[in-house]
This record gives sequence, C-alpha cells and structure tokens, in this order.
Amino acid sequence: MLSRTADNLYWIARYMERAETAARLLEVGARIALLPTAVGYRSDWDSLLRASGNATGYAAKYGVPDQKAIESWLFFDRDNPNSVAACLTAARENGRIVRTALTTQVWDALNTAFQEMRQITARRDKAELSRLTDWVMKQAAMVRGAIDGTILRNDGFNFLNIGYYLERGDATARLMDVKYYVLLPRADYIGTGLDNDQWLMLLRALGAHRAFHWAYGGEVTSAKIAHFLILNPQSPRSLITCVAGLNNHLTRLAKAYGRETPAQAASAHLLAGLEGLSTDHIFDEGLHEFLTRFISESAALGAVIHDAYLSGDM
Amino acid sequence: MTTYFNEMYDGGQVRPPYARLSDWMASMPADRRLEKQAEAEALFRRIGITFAVYGEGGDPDRLIPFDMFPRVFTGGEWAKLERGIKQRARALNAFLVDVYGRGEIVRAGRIPAHLVYQNEAFERAVVGFVPPKGVYSHIVGIDIVRTGPTDFYVLEDNCRTPSGVSYMLESREMMMRMFPDLFRENRIEPVDRYHELLRRTLASVAPAKCERDPTIVILTPGHYNSAYYEHSFLADLMGVELVEGADLFVDGAFVYMRTTQGPKRVDVIYRRIDDAFIDPLCFRPDSMLGIPGLMDVYRSGGVTICSAPGAGVADDKAVYTYVPEMVRFYLGEEPILNNVPTWKCAERDDLGHVLANLGDLVVKEVHGSGGYGMLVGPKSTKAEIEEFRARIVADPGNYIAQPTLALSTTPTFVEEGIAPRHVDLRPYCLVGEKIELVPGGMTRVALKDGSLVVNSSQGGGVKDTWVLAE
Repeated sequence: MLSRTADNLYWIARYMERAETAARLLEVGARIALLPTAVGYRSDWDSLLRASGNATGYAAKYGVPDQKAIESWLFFDRDNPNSVAACLTAARENGRIVRTALTTQVWDALNTAFQEMRQITARRDKAELSRLTDWVMKQAAMVRGAIDGTILRNDGFNFLNIGYYLERGDATARLMDVKYYVLLPRADYIGTGLDNDQWLMLLRALGAHRAFHWAYGGEVTSAKIAHFLILNPQSPRSLITCVAGLNNHLTRLAKAYGRETPAQAASAHLLAGLEGLSTDHIFDEGLHEFLTRFISESAALGAVIHDAYLSGDM
Repeated sequence: MTTYFNEMYDGGQVRPPYARLSDWMASMPADRRLEKQAEAEALFRRIGITFAVYGEGGDPDRLIPFDMFPRVFTGGEWAKLERGIKQRARALNAFLVDVYGRGEIVRAGRIPAHLVYQNEAFERAVVGFVPPKGVYSHIVGIDIVRTGPTDFYVLEDNCRTPSGVSYMLESREMMMRMFPDLFRENRIEPVDRYHELLRRTLASVAPAKCERDPTIVILTPGHYNSAYYEHSFLADLMGVELVEGADLFVDGAFVYMRTTQGPKRVDVIYRRIDDAFIDPLCFRPDSMLGIPGLMDVYRSGGVTICSAPGAGVADDKAVYTYVPEMVRFYLGEEPILNNVPTWKCAERDDLGHVLANLGDLVVKEVHGSGGYGMLVGPKSTKAEIEEFRARIVADPGNYIAQPTLALSTTPTFVEEGIAPRHVDLRPYCLVGEKIELVPGGMTRVALKDGSLVVNSSQGGGVKDTWVLAE
C-alpha cells in the first residue's frame, strides 16, 4: 500500500473520531450549563474551550467566551480545524483521495455526512444543539459500521483502526480533563454530591453511564469512574482499551509485513505502563498531570507511527 | 438558416436505430422523467462523479449534467468509424516515431519543418528515442462530429491524456441501472471491457528491463485536479495504485513508489499530468509535481511513460491539418475519416480569408483546449468578433479557423420536454501491442438551445452512446 494512502486512511479515522469528540464536548458543555452551579457558565465554557485544545483560535476570532459563539466554533466554524464541520469535510476529502481503497459503503457514509453537513450549515439557525450532537454520533457510527462491515481485513483496515484508537484515547483523556477544569473548580467539592453529579454527566456525555453501572454497581465515586475511563479494558473508550487496540493493530501490521518498526515497541511500552497502574497511582500523580502526560505520550506514539509507515521515508 | 441533421429522423420517418427509443420517449410522462432525472443526479452525487471547473469558483462538487436520452449508432456506422479511428491512431503514432527519429515526412516535404521542430510541444529530450513497441500515444481520443447520415469529420486529435472515458463507462452503468428494459429491447454492444483492454495495453508496453508481471500506476496531479475522479476510477477498475509525484522517486536505474512496506519498483506509468510536470530536472525546475530524474530512467528503458513525453506534437491544432497526409505517407491508404477544412492564420492567404469571413467561422487557439479562447462567429456579437479580430491580428500564428459545422443533433431532455441539441463524440482508441477500441465513446451534448459548444466547462453535458449489434 502507498504510504500516502495509509496516511489518508489513518486521517479519515482520526477526523471522524475528532468530529465525534467535538460533539461530545458540546454535549458536556450543554449539560453543565443546565446545572445550578456556584461558578456560572462563563468560566465553564472557557474551560471547555481549553480542553478542546484550541482556545487561542477562538479567542482571536470571538474574544470573550459566549455559549452561542462557542457552539458555533465547535460545530460549524471552518476556522477551527477541530470543529465538527471541518473534521467531516477533512475526513471526506481524505476519503475522496483514496476512493480506491474504500468500499462504496464507506465512501457513501463519508459523503453522506459531508453532504448533510452542508444542508445543516445552510439552515444552522434552526438547528438544536442536542439534535446536532445526536446527528454527529449517528454519522460517526455509520462510517465506523461501514468500515467494520465491509472493509477487507488488510493493512488498510489496520491503519484505519490505528487512527481511531489513537484519536479516541486522546479524546477520552481530553474529555476527562474537562472534568478537571470545569467540574472541580475548588478542592472542597471533591467527594460531595455536586462532584458526583458532574462525574455522572461526564459518563453520560461519553455514552457510558449505563455501562458504568453495570460494570461497577453501588455508589458512584471518582475512583471508580477514573478506573472505568482509564484502566478498565471492558470500557470501549478507556485509555487502556484504546492503547491495547492500537497495539493489536500494530502487531497485526508487523506480522503481515514480516517486519517490526519502532512503532510496535513504543505502543507496547505505553500499554505496559497503563497495565501496571492503579487508580491510587493516578490520584497520587494528580489526575490532570496524569492526563497531560498521557496526551503527550500518545502524540509521541503518533509521530513514531508516522515515521515508520506513513511518511514513506524508510 | 442552417438545417441540422437530427440523428433520430430521416425526413418525417424515425431512423431504424432509434425506432424503439421513439416508443420509449412517447411512454415517458413528464413527472416520471423528472423523477428519473433526480434519481440519476442523486446516484452521480453519491458515487462522487463531479467535475470542477477551473477558475469558476462556486460549487467545487458540481455535477456534469447527464442526459438520459441515448445517442445511437448502427453497427454499420460504427464499423466505418472504427476503421477510420484505428487508421488515424496508427498514422499519428507513426508520425511521432518518425519526427523524433529521421523525420522522413519532413524531408519528403509533406509537412513544413517549422511546424514540427519549432512546435512548443516538440520535446527535444526524447529525440532519437523509440518507446517500447514504437508507441508514443497509447490512448488516442479523437473528437468526431457528424453533419449528415454518412458525413463524419474529425474535429481534433488528443494524443496526450484525453479525459472523459469515465463518463462513457458511468453513463452506461447509470442507464443500465435506471432503464434495464431498454437493454433487453435493444441489442447494445457492451463497453465494460475498456479497463481490461487499457490494463492489457499498458502492460504490453512494459520496458525491456521489466522481466516480471509489470507494476502499473496512474500518475495524477492530485485530488484538486478536475479529472481526479476519473483517475481514481480507472485505477480502481484496473486494480493499480493511483500515485502523485511525491509518491515516486528515482533510485539508480529504476523508479520506485513509497509504500508502507518500503520502496516498490514501478514499470509502467500511465500519467495524467502534462509533459512539463514530469521531471523538474528535465523540464521545469519550478515544478512541484514531477519526479526528479524520471526522464533519465525513461530514456534508459527502466520505465515506460504513457503517453510518451513529446506525444503532444501530433495533436497540435496546426499539425492537425496534416493528419490526412500522415495517413497517406505512412500507411499508403486514403483517410477513412475526413478532416474539417482548416485555415491556418499563420499563412498570409488563409489569414486574409479568415479575417474577411470571421462572422461565419469558428476560430480556435492552436494550443487551446476545453472550449476556452475560441470564437463561434455566427453565435457572436459584432463587438466580440471585433475583439477577437484584434487578437488574431496581434498573433496570427496562434489561431486556426474552420467553417461553422452544422453539427448533428439528437433528442435531449430539456426543461420543456424533448428537444434537439447538438452533439459530438469522443471514442478512446488504445494503442499497444494491438490497437483496440470499445464500441462507444463519450457523447457530449450542448445543453443550451442553439449552442454548438459541447465542452463541459461551457455548459455541456454527457449522454450514453450506443452501438447496436448487427
């Protein structure tokens, strides 16, 4: 497979997952805004922007955080490379470049998302936020389903999955970090009813609140939730699930190609690090510190994968 | 008032190849037609067949309009066209091998030396080089118009990278999907062997140094190119990689592509980029699209480039007037297909005639394409004609003129129902070890009432082209 083709596939997956993350962020934000809180929504939305990783772009364009403007920035704004509209467009553009490596169903799903996005943008004033976020999840699921259902289990499939898992791990870490920024403005909230409400909201935004109860039962505690989202291999979005998925698809690549690269060693290292952890370790390090470290290690792994497979410079 | 040949009718009678379509047309109420039209558009958009127009802005995913009313040839009509097209493709290739070799046709005084050797498309870098199997132009697109029941003219030859074949294939797909009954009632020759023939043609010209099953790639300028869809479509059908310049590199005597498993050798490059962008070391140092060193590998027989660099000298509009001479000179045959009479503004007598009759002529730039930079005299205002006159006088060598042909029409679905619209035809002749042609081509239709310009960049559409089995 051409390195450039592998790169395009990898980015289709990353952009689709990123669009979903932007939608989930919006959902978290919307739910927080509905809560009675001592903090007031202004700083909440500000925190959301910081977690999205592109607060400076927003500040340059809009200045003061404002709910409507932030919604627009995260959903419609093409000046924001991480907005839903920008991600769906980029995913489809990457798909158009590698039409030959996609099935009709996958292309159809990518193209439909893009075309519908254009229609939604045309009548954006009438759009309700909750319906928009639902719509994004649905489009993401359609693409994901078409990939799982119709793509050959070859190297292209591995590159798509590597893109998904890398982006998803990053997203879970960032969404949890909103919890740090938004949900725990003061240390004395920790362990209170308010704290737990907010954790639950995070689970809900990740589509995982029911799964959580099935997996743990009993009281909702921050330790259980951190375990669920970071260390539980049953959780579909936990960091360990994402890194294990990455590691699996890199291993399959090495097997198919009959050749190991530094990427396999790097992912195995990251996975081993998570497997040796407990929630106590994480809270000792500090949740925010841990998440920041994970985000940077995951980005470094992305760079190694790029050098080994996607750049074509071997 | 010119009368135009309508391919469906002979006087008041429906011509035999259109007999069944006449019933079909009568049985199609307006609402069903609109429904089908919408269905076709939705299908095209879903598949992603779009056509971006250079410099127009607007919708980057504009669809090329598709007309559901097919254009039909009898088997007999096609047999003659096929012979004429293959003859022309053979002569054009013989000419290319000759002018980059001994130049016999020039020595014999059958074509002026300056037209060949001072032509912008003449490629000095390949002088003395004979490509595998002696083929320069592997895909020859020949634009043909019809003016009467038995009158066909070649409007121009495209020896470099003629586009549009995806429309031939997709129009057929679309028609078979939407109107399967038509294909049961009419015996229509299939065109779906095209990609297999193309692959075989490309494989047959693999370089001498290639001792295994040749690795073929399609080289595209990238996804911003208006024909990108076609490039990816053909790559997919043939099961070959679609590469950009940056995916290829030269190492020693061979060309390689960058893959996830390391470098892989490439033997045949079907390029859909211009000569100027093939190799920055050889042609344009400012090109970002080329592969440095590619021409050295090519000339030493390490890779085959299709069409061969330099093929453009045969499809220049000034050289065009000499193609009938080429047929006589190289093949010793009389041309089966006629040229349109052409005046070369570079020549004093011709220029005088052209300037005196601008209102009746079609004037084209010698190197122009896509319907840009041309004047259709009878359809132009006085001011437009005068403006064009100034351009011709300033640079006569850049223009040729032809009589305004009475292009045939075929029934076409338009807003008000069905109306005659002008059409042309581009078949795609494949030249490798053998010369092959699938029975069909791209029929372009000028959708604007009265318009004679069929180019998609100027509001033209496409139709399915049928050749009936005898």
